[in-house]
Amino acid sequence: MKKIINDPANVVAESLRGLAAAHSDVLRVQYDPDVVVRADAPVAGKVAVISGGGSGHEPLHGGFVGRGMLAAAVPGAVFTSPTPDAVHAAVTATTGDAGALLIVKNYTGDVLNFETAAELAAAEGLEVRSVVIDDDVAVKDSTYTAGRRGVGGTVLLEKITGAAAERGDSLDAVTALAQKVIAQVRSIGVALTAPTVPHAGTPSFELDDGEIEFGIGIHGEPGRERIPLEPADALVARMVEAVVTDLPFASGDRVLLFTNSMGGTPLVELYLAHGIAERLLAERGIVVERRLVGPYITSLEMQGMSLTLLKLDDELTELWDAPVNTAALRWGL
Amino acid sequence: MTCKAEGVAAAVRAAAAVVAEHRVELIDLDRAIGDGDHGENLNRGFAAVVAALDAGAPDTPGGVLKLVATTLISKVGGAAGPLYGTAFLRASAKLGTAGDLDVPALLEALRAGLEGVQARGKAVAGDATMVDALIPAVSAAEKAAGDGGDVAAVLTAAADAADRGAESTVDLVPRKGRASYLGERAVGHLDPGARSSALLLRAFAEAAR
Repeated sequence: MKKIINDPANVVAESLRGLAAAHSDVLRVQYDPDVVVRADAPVAGKVAVISGGGSGHEPLHGGFVGRGMLAAAVPGAVFTSPTPDAVHAAVTATTGDAGALLIVKNYTGDVLNFETAAELAAAEGLEVRSVVIDDDVAVKDSTYTAGRRGVGGTVLLEKITGAAAERGDSLDAVTALAQKVIAQVRSIGVALTAPTVPHAGTPSFELDDGEIEFGIGIHGEPGRERIPLEPADALVARMVEAVVTDLPFASGDRVLLFTNSMGGTPLVELYLAHGIAERLLAERGIVVERRLVGPYITSLEMQGMSLTLLKLDDELTELWDAPVNTAALRWGL
Repeated sequence: MTCKAEGVAAAVRAAAAVVAEHRVELIDLDRAIGDGDHGENLNRGFAAVVAALDAGAPDTPGGVLKLVATTLISKVGGAAGPLYGTAFLRASAKLGTAGDLDVPALLEALRAGLEGVQARGKAVAGDATMVDALIPAVSAAEKAAGDGGDVAAVLTAAADAADRGAESTVDLVPRKGRASYLGERAVGHLDPGARSSALLLRAFAEAAR
């Protein structure tokens, strides 16, 4: 393992100190329990959109804290969901009369800890709702598993609900909007290499040069199948097919296409793949109206990528375009 | 034979030592089918439990277990924090403020702990989770108590059964937790949560002898 770290046990806390130093214009960090909150929190009269999960997925979620997106992010240990008291601290730091919406990715630990925190907050009279995002089409037979995972769609969900909260929508309205986004967003991911969790010290799995994992989550867990590495045209076609046929997306649909690096895949390959995906969607008559390309929900240094499609309408497009001022997304100011 | 708060605290310290000793093994089991954090998280939690006991141990068995529960919930995260936290919380509630832990109280605590895990995680037998170690452990504990066993004998029977139950997860297709995403690919791997449950019960049994 070669990493720019000190003690593996202190990686998250030391990283948060740097995040706070780099982006003090939009966020601040509370320590022990660790919570990233927007610099001007709590914002009176506005729903606090809060998310969190294990660290190692940067810029998710701390990079999305700020005006027009998240009120707070709760970072757990690397690849480990945060504890209920940390989520609770995020709620109390940002939530006023308008209430809070917790965005939870469908992983067992995240669901259990956020559920407990929501109960704690409700017992104190705070109005807190939760939505669980489960956009990963790689998990087929969800009756016999913990259900589909929350992956790339999380970024789009946080942006759109954050924009709705910023314009003053009620908790009911923001929650309904979140459910709409969850119903029409789908993702698939592939891994060319495994990440190395700092405290583990060795890669999460081994792959030969000619192999990839198809249908991965964001924690270095193996995918649903191991397949030979193909040229980009064939690989991206396989990914597009998996996503498009799931919802399904149909000719004439307007969509947002999010091409995401898992951390180790450089932009030259990511743009190459994005171009192929755009062409394949156009061939199917699917209209790409908005795009996001880059490393936004990563898995440490894992090489690989994910594709996310969100079906757009006028309202979702307007909320996507709304001003956002965070460490990782910044436009319309 | 009964067990007082000091005995329970000593058993918890022994469990913390066992978790530290098996930290890498649990990480490796979890790396194979999950994300590789189980050993690290449990070790962080139990190290915090020892620190909390050093700062002032409660004077009843139930109080000790409640301290274990609240510390694990606030330090572990992941799925293991809420699951083990709930188990110890439910067990401590059953023990109440009694000063002694006898065999009937131990059985109630074990049953409550298992029910807590199942209520939180919604796993059943055969899902390849810690429940596959805990269900046979509780059954074996009940049988040992029925045969007139003392606290140590009951815990030893539970630990033996938990070992066998954990081993049984090797052949199962996981249906809960992160390993469930692998489906058939996870067959052949020991569930890390079942392994850690068996390790904890063994540590308690050894400490009670």
